[in-house]
Formats: sequence, C-alpha cells, structure tokens
Amino acid sequence: MFPNLDLFGTCYPESGPAGGRDDRGGEQMTLAFSSETEGRFQKLLARYPNRQAALIPTLILAVREFGYLSREAMAYVAQRLEVPHAQVLSTATFYTLLHKRPLGRHHIQVCMNVACYLKGADHLAHHLRERLGIGFGEVTSDGMFSLEGVQCLAACGTAPAIQINDDYHEDMTPAKVDALLDQLRRTSAPAPTQGGDQ
Amino acid sequence: MIASTDPTRGALLRCGPGESIDLARHRALGGFNALRKALAMSPDAVREQVKAANIRGRGGAGFPAGMKWGFLPKDNPKPRYLVINADEGEPGTFKDRYFLEQDPFVLLEGVIISAFAIGAHSAYIYVRGEFVRPIQRLEAAVEELYRAGILGRSVMGSPFALDVVVHPGAGAYICGEESALLESIEGKPGRPRVKPPFPAVVGLFGCPTIINNVETMACVRLVLEHGAERFLAMGLPKDGGPKVYGLSGHVKRPGLYEGPMGLSLRTLIYEYGGGTIDDKPIKGIIPGGSSTPVLRGDQIDVNMDFDSVKAAGSMLGTAAVTVFTEGTCPVAVLTRIARFYAHESCGQCTPCRDGTGWLERLVESIEHGHGRPGDCDLLLSAAGQILGNTICALGDAAAMPVISFVQQFRDDFEEHIRRGACPYGNKPEAH
Ligand SMILES: Cc1cc2nc3c(=O)[nH]c(=O)nc-3n(C[C@H](O)[C@H](O)[C@H](O)COP(=O)(O)O)c2cc1C
Ligand code: FES
Repeated sequence: MFPNLDLFGTCYPESGPAGGRDDRGGEQMTLAFSSETEGRFQKLLARYPNRQAALIPTLILAVREFGYLSREAMAYVAQRLEVPHAQVLSTATFYTLLHKRPLGRHHIQVCMNVACYLKGADHLAHHLRERLGIGFGEVTSDGMFSLEGVQCLAACGTAPAIQINDDYHEDMTPAKVDALLDQLRRTSAPAPTQGGDQ
Repeated sequence: MIASTDPTRGALLRCGPGESIDLARHRALGGFNALRKALAMSPDAVREQVKAANIRGRGGAGFPAGMKWGFLPKDNPKPRYLVINADEGEPGTFKDRYFLEQDPFVLLEGVIISAFAIGAHSAYIYVRGEFVRPIQRLEAAVEELYRAGILGRSVMGSPFALDVVVHPGAGAYICGEESALLESIEGKPGRPRVKPPFPAVVGLFGCPTIINNVETMACVRLVLEHGAERFLAMGLPKDGGPKVYGLSGHVKRPGLYEGPMGLSLRTLIYEYGGGTIDDKPIKGIIPGGSSTPVLRGDQIDVNMDFDSVKAAGSMLGTAAVTVFTEGTCPVAVLTRIARFYAHESCGQCTPCRDGTGWLERLVESIEHGHGRPGDCDLLLSAAGQILGNTICALGDAAAMPVISFVQQFRDDFEEHIRRGACPYGNKPEAH
C-alpha cells in the first residue's frame, strides 16, 4: 500500500520562504530536510519504480522546506535522489512553481487570463500593486508579501481568482483583497530579514 | 454565491458549490455498485461495454475511450499503466477540480474500473501543482479506499490488485498534453514526445499506458452502473452521456452545469446561466477553452457536442464556455490568449516557440496602439505557418484563436490599428 504522502502537509516553514539561505560564496552543503520532510521523502521513494520519478515531488518538498530552490538546494536534491545535477537543473528551471527565487511569506498569485480579465482582474492586480507597493515578481521589503501575475487557475466560474500560498480566493473584489491582506498582516509574525536566520 | 446545477439533477455533478461527498455518502448513493459489476465481469467484457458506450474523451480531443484502450498491445509482457490527466490547464476550464475537491470517489471508482479493464496494477493521477487543497482531498480519499480494502492487494476481495499514486505537477500547461505529462511524471521537463509510438504502446517508463481525463473516468463509472445503452441515451446516439459544462465571463450565473451531451448553447447561457450581465448582447463566445475558435454572438444556436460545434467552425474542447458581451474589445481578449500560449510553449519546435512569440508581440502591439496596416494579414499568415507544423497540438491551440478572432472581429482589429487606440476606450494595462 502507498500511504498518504501528505506532500503538502505542512504550510510554508515558520522561518518564511524569504528566510532561505544565501547560497553565494560556494559554502559547504549545509541544507538538510527536517525529520518531518525526510519522512515524506522516504515515502516518496517507495512510490515510484525509479528515483528520478520522485524528482518533481521532491523539488516541491524542497521548495516548501527551504523556501525556494537555491543552487545549494538543487544540489542537495540531486545528491539525495542520486540523479545527475544537470537533470535537476533542467527540470527545476522548466516549472514555474519550482521557485528559483525567495518569495514573500504570503505569495500572492493573481490570475490574468481571459475569464478573470473579463471580471476585472486587471483592476484587482492594479489594486494589489498599489496596496503592497510592489510589482509582479517583487517582494515587499519586510518579506511579508510577494506578487505574481499567473495564468488560468481553473477557477474561471468564480473569477476573478487569486491564490495565496496554498489557498484559492475566488470572486475577489478590491475590498475582499483588502480584508484578506489585513487578516494576513494581523495573523503572521514579522518575517525575518533576508538570510537573517543563519 | 455562484449558482451551479441542481444537486439532484446530476449524474456527474452530484453536489453543488461548497458541498462535498464523503465515502459514507458515496456508498449511500450506490457507490461501488459499478465497480462490483465490473469485477464480476471479465476485463474483456468491461472493455466491450466501454467501447459500446463510445465515451468521447472529456479532456478536449473527444477520442473514444474504448477505441484508445483497444490500441494496447496484446502480447507485450511489460506492465501496463493507467494515467489520469487532472492537469486542467486549458484556460476557461474548471470542471476536473470539482471531482478532485468535491467528489473524488466518483473519479477513483472510475479509475479502478478502468485499470481492471485494461489490466493495469498502477494508476497515476497527475494533478496540477496549484491544486494543493484538491490534492490533499484526493490523497485522503485514496488512503480511505486502501483502508476500506477497495484499493491495494485485493480490490474488494477480488484477485485484482491496484495501487494509485497522486502525482503533483509543478506549473506548466504543456504537461496537460499526454506525452509531456508522462515526461513530467518521469521527472523531466514537460516536452511532448514525437508520436508514433503512441503512449498505448510506449508510454510511462517505456510501458504501455492509457491516458484519460478525469471526467472520462466519471463516465466510465456511469457506463458500468447503467449500461452502455442508457449512457448513450443520456446524450446523443453517437456521442452519448451527460456532460459537465463550464460557464464563465459575462453571464449572470457562472459555474458548472450538467446537461446532456448536445445541450444547446443558448439554453446553457440563457437558461442555466441566467443570461448576460446587464442583459447586454453577446459579442463572442469561446465554446471549449481558450484554444477553441471563437464564435460570434449570433452563432449561439449550436448544440454542444463534438460534431455540432465542429460543424459550426469551432470545437467542443473541454466545453468550458466563456462569454463576452458587446463593449468588450476582442483585441484585449486575444492579447490574453496569445500571451498565454507564448508563455506556455515548451520551446521544442521552432514554429511554436518563435511563432507564438510573434503572435503575442503582434497582438500586443495592436493592443498598445502600435498596430500597422497589414498586421491582420500578417497575423493570419504567421498563425497559418504554425498550424500542423509542430510536435504537439499546442501550436494549433495558439494559432486557432488568433485566426478565428481576426476573422470574426476583423473590423475591430482594423479600427484598433487605424486609430492607434482601442475603439472601446480601453487603456492597456502595463504588466
Ligand atoms: C497543449 C495541450 C494541453 C492539454 N491539456 C489537457 C488537460 O489539462 N487535461 C486533459 O485532460 N487533457 C489535456 N490535453 C489533452 C490530452 O493530450 C489527452 O488528449 C487527454 O488527456 C486524453 O484524455 P481523454 O481521451 O479522456 O480526453 C491537452 C492537450 C494539449 C495538446
Ligand atoms: S481565467 Fe482566471 S481562473 Fe481561469
């Protein structure tokens, strides 16, 4: 039997995705999965006929554990899976959800595709940019929020839709977005400064 | 609150927004009767039923499931795989998410029946990575079935063994294309394979593989539950069964609706969907996801089945209908579509990689008021050079909307170019 992998069992790490380590300087490999993630990783290996098939789920685990895929994180995954580093790079760079840069603790994805466009996505995106003071692809200076314009989220019947970390928020309006942002600000501790957890 | 189908009306959609069906409720609704019937038959007999029901694939292409299953080689000693496509990436489409999130046991029962019929002992369900909550729900449902003895070494006490793996995608529309999907499960970038060989012969891990859409699995279950004849009677003689329709855009009640295959588009929009916002006249209808050619508002009298929509010059696709009313600029709508396909091209074939970029830049330049006379013909010619010249159908998916938008709304495009601005007064948003 394949037990429930619970791949997405934990939410983003408490250190916050922005707490990912600075990988410049060629330091020694210091990353390692937490014991919880290690358990998921081991279950993952049991599910596939070869190790490379576990690559994308493992990279997802790594994004959730380390906040994003630094070069070090990719090297770590290559080593753990015993697949060539080049294969990990090639796969990691192909997929948009395998983030290669630090994100805010709350990563906001705004759907800009047709159905959402017809229901005011541009207006919503404009509102978010103004409220957060950042553009698409940027992170607020306190590390709390990042913003990204994305393609259809498959929520077109409840457009416009946004996704914040794991959750969809549908039938959005600027007022609902404001309420969400306020709630997120109230309920999260201040994010650590970049690289500050080392 | 978004209205959806009446919960009691659906054979496919068994619950409305905000509701979901757990294992106990699934059993109470006659769950696993179809599976029990299948297990009492021979795999051959199950395949015959599915073939007789002529279930046309619900992933967009409409290829009959029974016929596809028939392409599996008879004498290949390798294991066989069943792969379920829950990538749900075609813009406008939001139907498979319903099954994952609200009624996973319908999907899983269909998966078990289909795996039994084709002789697969492993099934992979590939779900787009954005669907974190749906993946969690589906995984929990899979685990419940293991605990209930409905998955695992002995499915419902029979000698048939089946394992189901829920496999996450990671944000790439192209992985909805079946061979790219297989590459993705194998841990590689999602670049479609050259066919032949088709996946039924050389598929996942080099083994014979059947790939079907989520809703197709729900249809397989219905066929076993009610028989092929009754399934066909729920739709059209050659294109049977019920169908999930998606409705989005400028309608009063967007959402998912169930109707017979071949439901009239007018009924869907005006009766189910309550008509258009502010009762404005319809300017355009994208009938089956953003890759399907756009129809003008006056082409609304078409029936929603594979052959009828084709006869009207478009495609049923995923039956995800997006409506836009008068006052909407078609150039702006096409800009979103062209941008999408350019972003999602995997970059493998030159006509698609370069062509989708050309289409995006041309449409965008018109949108931004920099269009030049002759751009419409340039668009048609560039799109025409992509059509049919690529490894997979993403190239066609990018070209068809461009060709149809320019043909259907040429006046709007020309006016946009002539004025150097949007005739509807849109100011293009910087992005
Ligand atoms: C670019 C592209 C994207 C596709 N995306 C999906 C998708 O998200 N979901 C899906 O079921 N089929 C998708 N398809 C169709 C699949 O290749 C395949 O035909 C389908 O999954 C087969 O299932 P069916 O026969 O049950 O419909 C896509 C095809 C192309 C060319
Ligand atoms: S267009 Fe935004 S969810 Fe589909």
